[in-house]
Amino acid sequence: MIENTPAPVIKIRDLTKVFHLGGSNDVHALRGVSLDIYPGEMVAIMGPSGSGKSTLMNMIGCLDSPTSGDYYLDGLLVSNLDDDELAVVRNRKIGFIFQKYNLLARATAVENVELPLRYSDDPTNITERAIEMLQLVGLGDRLKHQPNELSGGQQQRVAIARALVNHPAIILADEPTGNLDSVSGQEVMDLLLKLNREKSTTIVLVTHDKDVAKQAQRTIRLFDGKIMEGEQR
Amino acid sequence: MYIRVLKEALTSILSNKMRSFLTVLGIVIGVGAVIGMLSIGAGASDSILGQIESIGTNSIYVMPGGDDEITNPKPLTLTDANALSNRIRAPHILRVTPVMMGQSSFSLGDSRIQTQVFGSYPEYTEITGLEIAEGEFITASDVDTRSSVVVIGPDLAEGLFGRTSGVVGSTVRINNFPYRVVGVAKAQGGNQFNNPDLQAYMPITTMQLRVTRQTIPDQVQYIIIQAQDSQSIDLAISEAQQVLRETHRLTPRQGNDFTLTNQEDILDIANQITNILTIFLAGIAGISLLVGGIGIMNIMLVTVTERTNEIGLRKALGARKGDIMLQFLTESALLSLIGGIFGVILGWGLAQIVGTIARNSGTPLIPVVQIEVVLLATVFSTLVGVFFGWYPARQAASLQPVDALRYE
Repeated sequence: MIENTPAPVIKIRDLTKVFHLGGSNDVHALRGVSLDIYPGEMVAIMGPSGSGKSTLMNMIGCLDSPTSGDYYLDGLLVSNLDDDELAVVRNRKIGFIFQKYNLLARATAVENVELPLRYSDDPTNITERAIEMLQLVGLGDRLKHQPNELSGGQQQRVAIARALVNHPAIILADEPTGNLDSVSGQEVMDLLLKLNREKSTTIVLVTHDKDVAKQAQRTIRLFDGKIMEGEQR
Repeated sequence: MYIRVLKEALTSILSNKMRSFLTVLGIVIGVGAVIGMLSIGAGASDSILGQIESIGTNSIYVMPGGDDEITNPKPLTLTDANALSNRIRAPHILRVTPVMMGQSSFSLGDSRIQTQVFGSYPEYTEITGLEIAEGEFITASDVDTRSSVVVIGPDLAEGLFGRTSGVVGSTVRINNFPYRVVGVAKAQGGNQFNNPDLQAYMPITTMQLRVTRQTIPDQVQYIIIQAQDSQSIDLAISEAQQVLRETHRLTPRQGNDFTLTNQEDILDIANQITNILTIFLAGIAGISLLVGGIGIMNIMLVTVTERTNEIGLRKALGARKGDIMLQFLTESALLSLIGGIFGVILGWGLAQIVGTIARNSGTPLIPVVQIEVVLLATVFSTLVGVFFGWYPARQAASLQPVDALRYE
């Protein structure tokens, strides 16, 4: 792995994040985090609450800007982009999977999957591309269903199709099985593993579930805003 | 692309029908009031102008009194009227009638009616367009001989005789003097305040002798002149002015002690009054449109708060500020456009109802729903939506995705 290593898809150097809560009440959520994630990897980020896990996920997802440090996503320095530039990066490079699926309640499965394409710079054939992704996640027969007509596992699979539809550089999954029972949770995990294995999709999982984390190739543990060393499997 | 934004906005509006209905109610009432008021105003204006035009075409009114400096204006008299009738001195004047007005008590048996009497020359019918349904109007010889004859309106005939026909030749008493009815006027329609069908007409000379009993024997209240045609109105006015200055023996340094008003002047004044009224009414209606807009802003702010999560998700998936802005502006603009459309329907209905009520109470009023007004109100209500949707849409667009996604 040392020789002939491809460039990391995520390259983070000395990232810090300080929240100013007013007065001298500063919270140091990240205290100098550096990490590399390579294409095709499936990495789990773990840590107790308050460890800076969510803050790091927001940084990786380009949802928030760091106080200091550099973040290169797919070779692009994103740590000093403005809001609209970050929106474009999120649209092209990142596929999000949330714990609570975050589907639009009044839209069908296809319309939900179409959503990222509508904000992209190529809004053509979006329905066809959305249907293709739903077929990939095994929901070819649920195209016109609304979220309330789908089970939790199916809803999360719609969300996975939505995350994949723009062919992003990374999939960022925040507790993807947190709202599911163990059977459908495992189905979702199996789908993610299959995508990682067969399509070499880079997946970053944020979880506190050890059983989920151990299915990843490696685990990064956060504690008190720092990465605990030697946690590679 | 924008079709999808519109479709999404419509879905969102329809997903909460009751709230959307209550939100647009303000706009519906506002636009409805504007349309209704303007339509009724336009109808009223047409009605007033129509009534003024029905007074007679090409007519010029001569009133006593002129410029403010005139200290002792001479009254208008029959001599003035006769001088104006002189075709050599005033070739562009076609017809002239002096007019006296007065209240008189008509009686027949036990019926007694207090009403307005006009004293005039026979030319009064041609000048004012008064039509006779039965019998005839007063004649020149009636005027010369001060005959005790009268022409009565159909409502007056109904009130006295209980019928409007077959009354010519009967005798009625006016202020206890007997008069022979020579004609019945055709119904013109009117209202409680001004009903020409209740009026009566008699020779001006008879009126001066019997009814008004004045100190200056041949004084009249005003004179109506009819010009040859509409092109010669200005010439007729200058001729009338010349004639009256001579009969009133005014020196060149003295101003006129009479006023000449033609129908166009009256129309202009009436137009001005109805315009002011219409603007005033529309202004009040506009305020309700403003209140409707504030209602939209209020609900849009609530909507933004409720959909914080959705906004966060859209931003996470790549929506830029402009995309979110467009989405919420479209929603508020569509909301108020729908309100505007229903408002136009409401306003139209309102105008028809007022028109029907007015007609049933005897006032001729046909509301005029102008297409420009409809378009203007629709566009304006949409702009109200954009204006009042701007602030909520900005709030939505400036939400940070991290905060928005985490919002419960």
